[in-house]
Amino acid sequence: MTNMTKTNVINLTDEEFIYPGNRACSGCGLSILYRIGLKALGRDCIFVVPPSCLTVMQGLYPIAATQMPILNGTFASTAAIATGVRAAMKRLGKKTQVVAWAGDGGTSDIGIQALSGALERNEDIIYICYDNEAYMNTGVQRSGTTPQGGLTTTTPYGKKETSKNVPDIVAAHNPAYIATCSASYPLDFHDKLIKAKEISGLKYIHIQTPCPPGWGCDERMTVKIGKMAIECGLFDLYEIEEGKKKLSEPSAKLLKKSKLRPVQDYLNMQTRFKALSKEQIAAMQERIDQKWEGYREEFAAK
Amino acid sequence: MSKKLIDSGNAAAAMAVQLAAAEVIAAYPITPQTPLTEKLSELIAAGEMDAEYVAVESEHSALAVCIGAASAGVRPFTATSSNGLLYMSEQLHWAAGGRLPMVMCVVNRGIGAPWSVWNDHQDAISQRDTGWIQIFAKDHQEIVDMTLKAFRLAELVHIPVMVNYDGYYLSHTYMPFELPEAAEVRAFLPDYDYKHTLSPEHPESLNTVTLPDARNDINGVKQGSYMDIRHNLHQEMCLAMDVWEEIDADFQQRFGRGGAPILDPYCCDDAEFVVVAMGSIANQFRDVVDRLRQDDGLKIGVLALQMYRPFPIARIAEALQSFKGVMVCEKGLSYGNQGALYADLKSALYPYPARPRLHNFITGLGGREIRTDDLYLALKTACLQDDLTTPVQNDTPQWIGLQL
Ligand SMILES: Cc1ncc(C[n+]2csc(CCOP(=O)(O)OP(=O)(O)O)c2C)c(N)n1
Ligand code: SF4
Ligand SMILES: [Mg+2]
Repeated sequence: MTNMTKTNVINLTDEEFIYPGNRACSGCGLSILYRIGLKALGRDCIFVVPPSCLTVMQGLYPIAATQMPILNGTFASTAAIATGVRAAMKRLGKKTQVVAWAGDGGTSDIGIQALSGALERNEDIIYICYDNEAYMNTGVQRSGTTPQGGLTTTTPYGKKETSKNVPDIVAAHNPAYIATCSASYPLDFHDKLIKAKEISGLKYIHIQTPCPPGWGCDERMTVKIGKMAIECGLFDLYEIEEGKKKLSEPSAKLLKKSKLRPVQDYLNMQTRFKALSKEQIAAMQERIDQKWEGYREEFAAK
Repeated sequence: MSKKLIDSGNAAAAMAVQLAAAEVIAAYPITPQTPLTEKLSELIAAGEMDAEYVAVESEHSALAVCIGAASAGVRPFTATSSNGLLYMSEQLHWAAGGRLPMVMCVVNRGIGAPWSVWNDHQDAISQRDTGWIQIFAKDHQEIVDMTLKAFRLAELVHIPVMVNYDGYYLSHTYMPFELPEAAEVRAFLPDYDYKHTLSPEHPESLNTVTLPDARNDINGVKQGSYMDIRHNLHQEMCLAMDVWEEIDADFQQRFGRGGAPILDPYCCDDAEFVVVAMGSIANQFRDVVDRLRQDDGLKIGVLALQMYRPFPIARIAEALQSFKGVMVCEKGLSYGNQGALYADLKSALYPYPARPRLHNFITGLGGREIRTDDLYLALKTACLQDDLTTPVQNDTPQWIGLQL
């Protein structure tokens, strides 16, 4: 799949799989991903969705914003419901792709047991986690992926704990495919999905998804913030196939730089980080620098 | 040809599920249900049953898999007991609210804390308001027959069905039963058909968020919302009683067994007193009643309640009209109130003119031995009791078999 042609705005399909208008906030990163993701997945898909902003975005009964078959399920059971749909497809002899699409809370916290079970069984599904780094649908409470120091309604002085690295947790299960994506690089997401569709077994895609009301930023800044997270080396785009990690283009090109943008640039764009102390920011920068030193050793030689 | 064999209740259930041709089995082991799960995985691994076995990591996921499979148009099955059933609770409501036809065997067991692996009915009773149909088997033959009929009921009324049978008393004891022939079961139980099946050809969004009030769809047609949807569930669940009787009549014609799908009376015709119970204890009461008739000349019968939800309000109230006294004996209760069945039954009788004297007995919790002698004594005392006791005394549950 390495010589796969990259999708660009010219060759991206015109076909839309959603209806115009949905219930997401303006500037929602998930909105971008959903529209482009559906283009990559095509019509032969069934979606499983737990309570999250996506549930609301897809429309309130009896109106749907999507043209796809959706099974809404309970919060903790996304990967298990998807397993059931997949088992049914197998019985019916259908190739229909089963896609679980959940938030970070539904994935890293309450849904992690079902996800771990599905990973162990290596279910033939695509599991997408859009990570807006808090429980947004219920009004911005902390989640397992809320960054340390981040303000939410349940961490009014900043989250004390460090965040869970969900792709690493998933990687410990050795699934068929892992990719990280960003709402700011929807075409990268598109192409990773195209690739995932061809792989059998569990494919896990983790997407950093800026959320203006939750992150405290201007609606027009969504894409810029997502890009900044990558340019600062805070959030990295990569794929893991057969246990091998490979940085994707937007992150790989940072390998050539001896110094990345300071993380402060990213933090300054969002009010959720305003409680961070100088020391906390310095420690954060230190961790990023160390990670990239490791990356340079790991990847530069090749 | 049908087959006669002697095996455990769990094996009987597994063979019924095999005959019903369930296609996706997802289950998580818990005593005393475990042998049922093991048997199904064995049958599938040996190629004797053509189905997918999903070894899930919890009961919550077991029912999730069934919800996924049923929504996608394939017949699922799961089974559990006790805390496993409670761990599913959210999914129970989801499956019923989503109007998913499916069958689950619940091998009844007490609930922790403290731990007990032994039988009572608190697991099923505590989940009575989830929107599932709940039926109770008294013996191995009923486990087989009820399971087969349950699949047809669930799929006709689009409401999930819980087939309850007593842990150990039925699950682990060996009894003779007859297994119908596969081709005859196929004729009795048509293919699974779910009208909202998830499919890319006819995309539908299932179980979407509803608003409090009815809303127009894109064609301007008003569609009911949560309350209307839930009202439908209630109405159709009540009607499921009639459907259950029709299914039983058809089953009886084909297989020669049945005829008492909701209330199963024993020695009730000339009786002045009757004991009402669910599950295997109703059979134990037959011995007690025989003795009371023989030794004490008491005219007493047993009315086994086979269907607990929907609650057969009118049927039971009418059946109880002619009795002088009714003893409700159950293996579970609503803590701080009374036996759940007793309270249901009492409320069913309220609108009717004749009000038999009622007694409530709680027994066998956490597998506490239910001595036939104790039952005999309790019933005898209740029958011979004069009318001078106060209403409060009569209405207080009596515990049979307390040891301290
Ligand atoms: C069992 C259960 N607990 C809690 C909730 C309430 N709830 C609904 S959505 C949600 C947060 C979802 O967060 P996430 O998965 O990150 O998605 P987001 O809303 O951020 O898109 C919570 C806590 C629920 N629906 N079910
Ligand atoms: S709260 Fe955030 S994630 Fe949810 S719809 Fe609004 S912008 Fe999107
Ligand atoms: Mg979130």
